[in-house]
Amino acid sequence: MVTLNSRENGKVVVQLKGVRRLDADVSTPLRIVIAKPGLDGHDRGAKVIARALRDAGHEVIYTGLRRTPEQIVRTVMDEDADLLGLSSLSGAHDFLFPRVCTLLVEAELLDVVVFGGGIIPDADRPSLLGLGIRAIFGPGTTIEEMLAFVTELGERRAAGEPSGVGEGGDWTWQATGET
Amino acid sequence: MDAETAHAAAKTGDRRSLARLLTLIESGNINGAELGFGSREEDGRILGVTGSPGVGKSCLVDRLLHEWAAAGERVAVLAIDPSSPVTGGALLGDRMRMQAADDLDEVFVRSVATRNQPGGLPVRLGAMAGALLDCGYDRVVVETVGTGQAEVRIVAVADRVLLVEGPARGDSIQAEKAGLLELADIVAVNKADLDGAARFAEEIRGSLELSGQAPPVMLVSALEGTGISELVSTLGQLGPARAAQRARWRERLLSEWEAALLTRDDVEQLLDRLESGDASVPEIVDTFYRGDD
Repeated sequence: MVTLNSRENGKVVVQLKGVRRLDADVSTPLRIVIAKPGLDGHDRGAKVIARALRDAGHEVIYTGLRRTPEQIVRTVMDEDADLLGLSSLSGAHDFLFPRVCTLLVEAELLDVVVFGGGIIPDADRPSLLGLGIRAIFGPGTTIEEMLAFVTELGERRAAGEPSGVGEGGDWTWQATGET
Repeated sequence: MDAETAHAAAKTGDRRSLARLLTLIESGNINGAELGFGSREEDGRILGVTGSPGVGKSCLVDRLLHEWAAAGERVAVLAIDPSSPVTGGALLGDRMRMQAADDLDEVFVRSVATRNQPGGLPVRLGAMAGALLDCGYDRVVVETVGTGQAEVRIVAVADRVLLVEGPARGDSIQAEKAGLLELADIVAVNKADLDGAARFAEEIRGSLELSGQAPPVMLVSALEGTGISELVSTLGQLGPARAAQRARWRERLLSEWEAALLTRDDVEQLLDRLESGDASVPEIVDTFYRGDD
């Protein structure tokens, strides 16, 4: 099955999108949870990301503000999400992101792809990426770059390459747009 | 995970397997009817919740979930939001208003995009609801998108329909218009905390009384939690469904028909031909019948 994806020069462009883990020959939109963990009231960024992913043809579930790691993992599980985006601008990412990753692994949601964004100092990034988070997007990231990340993930999963939080491998997204 | 494995594990209460099973049904990878989710007795266990955007459907459902869970019931929700007809994407925001979704073990909430049925009801919704009942949920709530005449289609899946209304939704003539109000088994006027709610409820009652068999009209406030237990107890005592059996079959037929059309391999080519003026709509429709010869 193909999904209507975009219009170019007035012509409808149909292309295959993210291939689901279960059947390589059936394509459906990716299901992506965008979450705001912890006590952090800044969600403009999360909403912009959610909107961009929607416009790229994906199904986005936004959690709303101030969710606990437990609530976020429950949402990912019940919604059978493929990707989880965590947004934090409060400085608590070094506690919250690892906690979410641990709970995902405990729940055996190993194939869920986790990416992060917000105010995450450079010095904190290597340890977070080491937990299985595949990308961290900071201020200045373009929507195009984030969508390129999602597209590449779709390809990696289709090819069976490790990309989930509990699947190991050392692949992480190499930022292109940031300075 | 194949469908049988997921189904067996979901029946033992494994949430992750249930979530996967719903994905398999939703994506069309398995035919719900084969697992026995296609047909069922209309026993009142599937409740459709409908009403215009912004009247407070999700918040009201959250209140109901807490009430049912406290009474020991296990309840699942299928919360529908529209897919974009242009990109196919969707922003699913109902769950965010349902605290019970992430806090109560008795509750299972799944957000569902309309996919290739924009404005309508996802065609596999009935099988998804059937799967949830089969996997141990006592009740399934289907929350609709909330816009348009397509909302009438909820009777294809739901045994009973709760129509949520709110004050300041126009004058009494709005209540006289044909449509959902005629099919609703119960009406809840939400936002009772606002001015005019009681009067609006009276207007709806007055309008419904003219048509004979009138459904109950309740006044509730999802914000303050008033009228919720009364609503739950009235929901438990509803009489026979108002939607005629024939109307249900009509909506099911339309739903399948639309799905069959939209999942045709050549649907994009058909649209191309229409867009370029190569064929007219009646000509295209005509080819469907000729193809059956």
